[in-house]
Amino acid sequence: MRFLLDVEQREFARSLDAMLSAADTPAVARAWAAGDHAPGRAVWGRLADAGVFALAVPEEYEGAGLLPVEVAVAFVELGRHAVPGPVVETVAAGALLARLAELGEAAPAKRLLAPLATGETLATLALPEGGPFALDADVATVRLTATDGELRLAAGHARVERSLDPVRRLARLGPGELLASGPSVAGASRCAADWAALATAAQALGAGLALLDRTVAYVKQRTQFGTPIGGFQAVKHRLADVLTGLEFARPLLYGAALTLRTADIAAAKAAAGEAAYAAARAALQLHGAIGYTAENDLSLWLTKARALRTAWGSPAECRRLVLAGGFGGD
Amino acid sequence: MDLDFTAGEEEFRRRARDWLAGHVPARPLPSLETRQGFAAHRAWEGELAADRWSVVSWPEEYGGQGVDIVKWLVFEEEYFAAGGPGRVSQNGINLLAPTLFDFGTAEQRARVLPPMASGEVIWAQAWSEPDSGSDLASLRSAARRTEGGWLISGQKTWSSRAAFADRAFGLFRSEPVVDSAKPHRGLTYLMFPLDADGVTVRPIGRLDGKPAFAELFLDDVFVPDEDVIGEPGQGWRIAMSTTGDERGLTLRSPGRFVAAAERLTRQWRTHGDPADTALRDRVADAVIGARAYQLFTWANASRFAAGETIGAESSLNKVFWSEYDIALHETALDLLGAEGELADGGEWAEGYVFSLAGPIYAGTNEIQRDIIAERLLGLPKGRR
Repeated sequence: MRFLLDVEQREFARSLDAMLSAADTPAVARAWAAGDHAPGRAVWGRLADAGVFALAVPEEYEGAGLLPVEVAVAFVELGRHAVPGPVVETVAAGALLARLAELGEAAPAKRLLAPLATGETLATLALPEGGPFALDADVATVRLTATDGELRLAAGHARVERSLDPVRRLARLGPGELLASGPSVAGASRCAADWAALATAAQALGAGLALLDRTVAYVKQRTQFGTPIGGFQAVKHRLADVLTGLEFARPLLYGAALTLRTADIAAAKAAAGEAAYAAARAALQLHGAIGYTAENDLSLWLTKARALRTAWGSPAECRRLVLAGGFGGD
Repeated sequence: MDLDFTAGEEEFRRRARDWLAGHVPARPLPSLETRQGFAAHRAWEGELAADRWSVVSWPEEYGGQGVDIVKWLVFEEEYFAAGGPGRVSQNGINLLAPTLFDFGTAEQRARVLPPMASGEVIWAQAWSEPDSGSDLASLRSAARRTEGGWLISGQKTWSSRAAFADRAFGLFRSEPVVDSAKPHRGLTYLMFPLDADGVTVRPIGRLDGKPAFAELFLDDVFVPDEDVIGEPGQGWRIAMSTTGDERGLTLRSPGRFVAAAERLTRQWRTHGDPADTALRDRVADAVIGARAYQLFTWANASRFAAGETIGAESSLNKVFWSEYDIALHETALDLLGAEGELADGGEWAEGYVFSLAGPIYAGTNEIQRDIIAERLLGLPKGRR
């Protein structure tokens, strides 16, 4: 029993944090929202160099093997820095292809997987478990759909719709080439949805931590009635509750990464989604009107916390899965 | 990073499980907040102690098994999974014993701990006073120097278990307040018998009328020097130093909530209305919360085992479990429907009444949130 990140995992988080801090990700996210993907692609390349997209890909496909704890570590940092793009979807697409290969359908993995792991290709996917939309379908070149036991490579997508999070761009996928069919597709789809939910939970936790950090800094310097508002008990207690929510979501995230049970991942997703959303509500309230502006970078995380609550598992669906799976080991 | 137990830990788990299977009473004991139930729970402490299961983490010389915090958590999981009775000795074991291990003398440990482990002596805490609750350092009960010891006088209140307990421990002012900004100075940590001359115990009925706590009126009660813990005048530091470390982990073990959430889940599956998704979500939240608390505790235990100290994080713990406990019981009572109103209707009703006190005792949740905000988030100190 050593339920702590090891030295390498903590160093991995620190190095991603340093790299993303230097990359001015708020500006990158704003450019992405405006349709300029070049800065986002540059960050993508650096994330690939750091190995982020290889973390759910077996070694035979140029991956690092399946490393769910490292996925969680990385996506907390991606959430903390509001990194745009189909990051979750690319990792989940990799997991889907890898699982399909494990179930005996190796051809799609052989054809598509390695460029995902190395960061050359961006992927997106729409699965029954995750709802009708694929994220950033106009940027991703590998677009997977799995419905009715058929895995398809979509040739195109419908109109891109705006999300409440301006950085997220949603579209339904069109028809396309059949890659695989049969029961293995459903199994691979469930597996991919789990990885997507795990990464989304981590991203939400990171967004919540960023919201808390920025709000703590703000209430320390914002003065009213002649004193920093962070000294008022109403403010302190609200932020104490935010920290409590986030700190109890964190072990659920890493526990789920270790077991990879659907119920544990759903628990982590529900808790991280709620904690991040509570952080967003508190952050907005405690910033006051300045927090309600699109101009303030806080808006990047405020809107993301809302979107991530329902992405890859709504609160109700997560809770249903928790009760379906029950407690403890299999 | 892992959640795996060693072969030794698994063996310990099996041993605990086997013992509990053979000893936990088949029918629940009467409420420990009644005279009859208190006696039954005291006897149960003796049964635990006879086979060294009452204080597994203590050194063997005091009646324990000398196990580390991981095995203690394993024992607690098994204890609550087996439906073990409430622990009437918990004030002594969780609050006084850690202080004696850190600040007591060898003589005090040898004299106080074995009868605590066996249930022969049950301890009550005597912190709060009528005018000193969250602002504990303002307390006024006094200790006056006398030949060979101290004479204590004043009034303590909300003293859990004191209605039936044997001895109590608490803080007393042994030096007058010199600097009103530093009321924490000049307090002394003392132990005293509840049947001594000059002690009057007036039981207080809690919300359901059971005498779960009491007022203590103290009139020149003699306390010998051997019952002072640490240096006179240093009581505040001594009392507070053990609030932050492992005690933050051990006040409420996750095993209790894991077992309760599993029980609730079983009841949901047999009695729940599948169409009632609102209640279903609350049952799921009970499962999620128990798992979160369990994993949070494992993480802190791992930090502790790695030599790190657990400080103000224990305030996160306290806020979380105390609010979780209420939500858990509210959910269970709502699931029971009209039968949830019955005071003697089963395991949840008394637990519900007990849970309501959680955000108030052991440092109110308002004080805990101040600690979280100031020490973990670095926000400025302000008026309370």
